[in-house]
Amino acid sequence: MKFLRDKLDDLAPLFEKGGKYEKLWPVFDLQSTFLFTTGEVTRTASHLRDGTDMKRLMVTVVVALGPCMLMACWNTGYEAMLAIARGAAPLDNWQTGLWQTLGFAFDFKSTFHCIFFGALYWVPIYATVMIAGGIAELIFAVVRSHEINEGFLVTGALLPLTLPATIPLWMVVLGTIFGIVMAKEVFGGVGMNFLNPALTARAFLFFAYPAAMSGDTAWVAANLSGVDTFTGATLLAQAASNAGALANADWWSAFWGWIPGSLGESSAFACLLGAFLLAMSRIGSYRTMAGVALGTFCMALVFNYAGSSTNSMFAVPWYWHMVLGGWAFGMAFMATDPVSSAFTNHGKWFYGFGIGVLVILIRVVNPAYPEGMMLAILFMNMFAPLIDYFVVQGNIRRRLARSAA
Amino acid sequence: MLEHYLSLATKAVFVENIALAFFLGMCSFLAVSKKVSTAIGLGAAVIFVLAITVPLNQVLYGAFLKQGSLDWLGLPDINLGFLTYLTLIGTIAAVVQIVEMVIDRFSPDLYNALGVFLPLIAVNCAILGAALFMVNRDYTLGEATVFGLGSGVGWAIAIVALAAIREKLRYSNVPESLRGLGITFIVVGLMSLGFMAFSGISL
Repeated sequence: MKFLRDKLDDLAPLFEKGGKYEKLWPVFDLQSTFLFTTGEVTRTASHLRDGTDMKRLMVTVVVALGPCMLMACWNTGYEAMLAIARGAAPLDNWQTGLWQTLGFAFDFKSTFHCIFFGALYWVPIYATVMIAGGIAELIFAVVRSHEINEGFLVTGALLPLTLPATIPLWMVVLGTIFGIVMAKEVFGGVGMNFLNPALTARAFLFFAYPAAMSGDTAWVAANLSGVDTFTGATLLAQAASNAGALANADWWSAFWGWIPGSLGESSAFACLLGAFLLAMSRIGSYRTMAGVALGTFCMALVFNYAGSSTNSMFAVPWYWHMVLGGWAFGMAFMATDPVSSAFTNHGKWFYGFGIGVLVILIRVVNPAYPEGMMLAILFMNMFAPLIDYFVVQGNIRRRLARSAA
Repeated sequence: MLEHYLSLATKAVFVENIALAFFLGMCSFLAVSKKVSTAIGLGAAVIFVLAITVPLNQVLYGAFLKQGSLDWLGLPDINLGFLTYLTLIGTIAAVVQIVEMVIDRFSPDLYNALGVFLPLIAVNCAILGAALFMVNRDYTLGEATVFGLGSGVGWAIAIVALAAIREKLRYSNVPESLRGLGITFIVVGLMSLGFMAFSGISL
């Protein structure tokens, strides 16, 4: 550690104002503050409670995403190998080539094989997001001379987890840059945007390349053509088209995550672990999460009660909604984003509740999208400032009334 | 029947939001969205104008302008359709004048805050757009009322949300060249991405 500190101190003058690499200060700053706490400390009375700053906060979120990332690897490998075991052909790509060159079998019972094979899909997507987003972030940081913020680490970890394993990497690049630049950097960087950059990127890809982001073939990394004994569609999509789909499915397997889906969203359990860590460390607000759950619960009951003879989604109970699709992932990591959610404590309840209601509404009523979590959160992101406005105005009015009395 | 009106209203407010799906009424949408309180005022005025002009135009159109509508005068062959735009705009302008006087009388603050954009509602393309949708889709009087109200509410929701976002963005560090209208255009684009959540709902 001492060695690193000395090395950084030696290098510092080069990057400080007037130094040779003045322009690259953000890069140096990123490294040094990632490794050590900042050297600048307030001398007078300050209001810091503990050592948590933006960097630690963002790193905590990345840690909270750990279980999801692990599940992303395992589930991708598991689903692909399961499909292959049932008669699908392996995809014709370098992952399969490498796997066969290494002499491994497609054995879905082996945890190691599943994780390793899934990692062959996960790592390139994750790396692509980090590199493409990192370059975009760096350019803005250098030109506008602000710091590179760890907010990017979180965006960079969230985005790949919402993507299907089979997505072409150039789309990943495009989506990442759109999300980072249009949803964050044009507003001045972390903390100044109003939409969640990862969600914006996901929505952009969803609307620009629907075929790669939805449908039967996107979710499982194996060639399913010619296999008609089972489908690669997500359970949510199956439930939308076929009333009996959920009756034959096992709720616990959806909870633990043995189902096809986006990389990181399939396991509600892994998401809940993350949600627990976030709520405990108060980075993600339990109010938002509870609001989302409450909204989902109420709206699903309304639809169950209303019933429909033509639309099978009406009958899906709330406990299924919560383990299917991106619900758990969105609730834990996307809705609680402290920047794009409502700021006020009361506002967070309304904001969360709105997401819960909308996600069910979109899933049930909108035949175009079987999944609604992403769009519901994006929609409420848009209204979060308005919710805050009304909460604040209400507070002002109450206090005026109190002081007048 | 009620169900039909309900789905028409939902469609007008969310699915085919007149500001964020059709991009109508952009000039005042962008110009008067700096403060939430002003935006609420203008939104209310637009709701009011739309809810009155669309049914009013429907009645006029049905009684005088539609092909064969002069049957009741004994003149089935005369088609005054060429007067459609003129009549629609005339009605709108008259109603806007009345709204302007009412606001001036009862809320001078709002009147001053809205400034030139209040009379400009007369040429707000959202208002004429809604009237023309009414003509195109051949709405009945009831449908026209619901549609006018719904489009107004949709537009008002959009401008109030935009105003709240812009108030929040005052603390942002937007690049010099994008400040003002530039960033607002980007925000509106992203908002319409969010409103895509409803596209595809068929009611």
